[in-house]
Amino acid sequence: MNRATATLGTAAAVPAPATPRKRSRMKPLTPVSPGARIALGISFFVVFVAVWAIATFGGFVQKTFLADPVSMLQSGWVLLTEHGFAKDIGMTVFRVVGGFLIAAVIAVPLGVAMGAYKPIEAFFEPFVSFARYLPASAFIPLLILWAGIGEAQKLAVIFIGSFFSLVLMISVTVGNTRRDLVEAAYTLGVGDASLIRRVLIPGAAPEIAEQLRMVLGWAWTYVIVAELIGASSGIGHMITDSQALLATDQIIFGIIVIGLIGLASDLLFKWVNRRLFPWAQLGR
Amino acid sequence: MANILSIRGVERRFDTTLALQATNLEVAENDFITILGPSGCGKSTLLRIVAGLDQQTGGEVLLDGQRIDGPGADRGMVFQSYTLFPWLTVLENVCFGLVERGLPRAQQLEIAHGFIAKVGLKGFEKHYPKQLSGGMQQRTAIARALANSPRMLLMDEPFGALDHQTRELMQELLLGIWEEQRKTVLFVTHDIDEAVFMGSRVIVMSARPGRIKLDREVPLPHPRHYSVKTTPQFTELKAELTEQVRVEVRAAQAAMEAA
Repeated sequence: MNRATATLGTAAAVPAPATPRKRSRMKPLTPVSPGARIALGISFFVVFVAVWAIATFGGFVQKTFLADPVSMLQSGWVLLTEHGFAKDIGMTVFRVVGGFLIAAVIAVPLGVAMGAYKPIEAFFEPFVSFARYLPASAFIPLLILWAGIGEAQKLAVIFIGSFFSLVLMISVTVGNTRRDLVEAAYTLGVGDASLIRRVLIPGAAPEIAEQLRMVLGWAWTYVIVAELIGASSGIGHMITDSQALLATDQIIFGIIVIGLIGLASDLLFKWVNRRLFPWAQLGR
Repeated sequence: MANILSIRGVERRFDTTLALQATNLEVAENDFITILGPSGCGKSTLLRIVAGLDQQTGGEVLLDGQRIDGPGADRGMVFQSYTLFPWLTVLENVCFGLVERGLPRAQQLEIAHGFIAKVGLKGFEKHYPKQLSGGMQQRTAIARALANSPRMLLMDEPFGALDHQTRELMQELLLGIWEEQRKTVLFVTHDIDEAVFMGSRVIVMSARPGRIKLDREVPLPHPRHYSVKTTPQFTELKAELTEQVRVEVRAAQAAMEAA
């Protein structure tokens, strides 16, 4: 209603009654300016590192259990320059992206088919719902038996961890397409194949892209689990090696690298989604 | 002239409830028929059956002598809810049906630009639906339906969600387009003013189970200016219809309370 009146040129903003009460700094659901958002986001990182530094340099925590930030950075540098840690990072990224892509390439068409056609959904949905709760990490011993400790095993862990949930989410999203849009498309003369291609898929695409972004985050946790057991390279492998040496500085460096790469890939994914689906950003 | 649409003994049952009683209606080419009635009287159901979006449980609907058994591009529809595809611009929404028909792109654009201009949205071709007001979205929906050059236009309370002033402007716009194109229209509404102002024939439906209770020619000449709403002919017909609809709304309420 508001939008309709606005086109007629009626004043949309009604001046608020002058209340002498002082404005509180925080009101529920009130947005924050972009500058303040970035500043607040960074300041918690600063607080976090500060607490960590106080705990370690202040001698509250023993070095055996938790390294301080500076020695973490130093040993990280050594890892990168002398022990070829960059190659481990590359391997891990390759596994995450590979496993995730294989899962996505199969899950997207299957999810769309299940969302669009109820018999297909009835056929797969109960099994997929069951398989979703199978813990991917518990498959590792089996997968080592089947696929050895090579790349196939790592990719399989990530696939099992992400595929089933992805299929279910996509199928629900496609199934929830607004019925009035479907009806409008039919009255414009589309057939069933066109409906899927021109209405169901484009309508669900932004949400599917968000789901892929979320699942890529999960893939990062699965890859490390896969690398902790039976791997000869990768960030997870470095972490297990460091555990034997009680090198907490290296372990923490590895964890932080995972976090940073995860954050970077997430931001990249968000940026791509915004570019691909500008219409989905409107009116948010 | 042969009738474009014949509704013969169409009824719709939902489980045990009879929503629409065996209904007959003949629609002549170029008719603008407005359908009035209390909520739940089955007027939208009737329209949806003609659109092929709902299936009758008895009787048949013939379009140019052909039995209707599903939706098709020959019956364009404008809904009460905003049904533009949010991922397409105004231009691409209007082109939607033309793309489906496989028209050459140049021809699509020519047709689409023509109808966009006709509904007064020149300059908004690249806007997405969410960037438009409700009235503009419905104008785009009308352009989208007309661009497909359907045999007839079905409208299910298309202005029901708009504010009063916007609605009146939309009525004039649609009436202007109709006076120029003479498309056959079936228009469901619960606004009596709207029904008389727009229609060449007004139909009143009874409370559930719905049936056609009254069928009146509107004796107002075209082109109609909005000032026609103050003429004695208009107010006379409006008074009669108000009375008729009121009786049915009462009956519908009584049925609700009895249940």
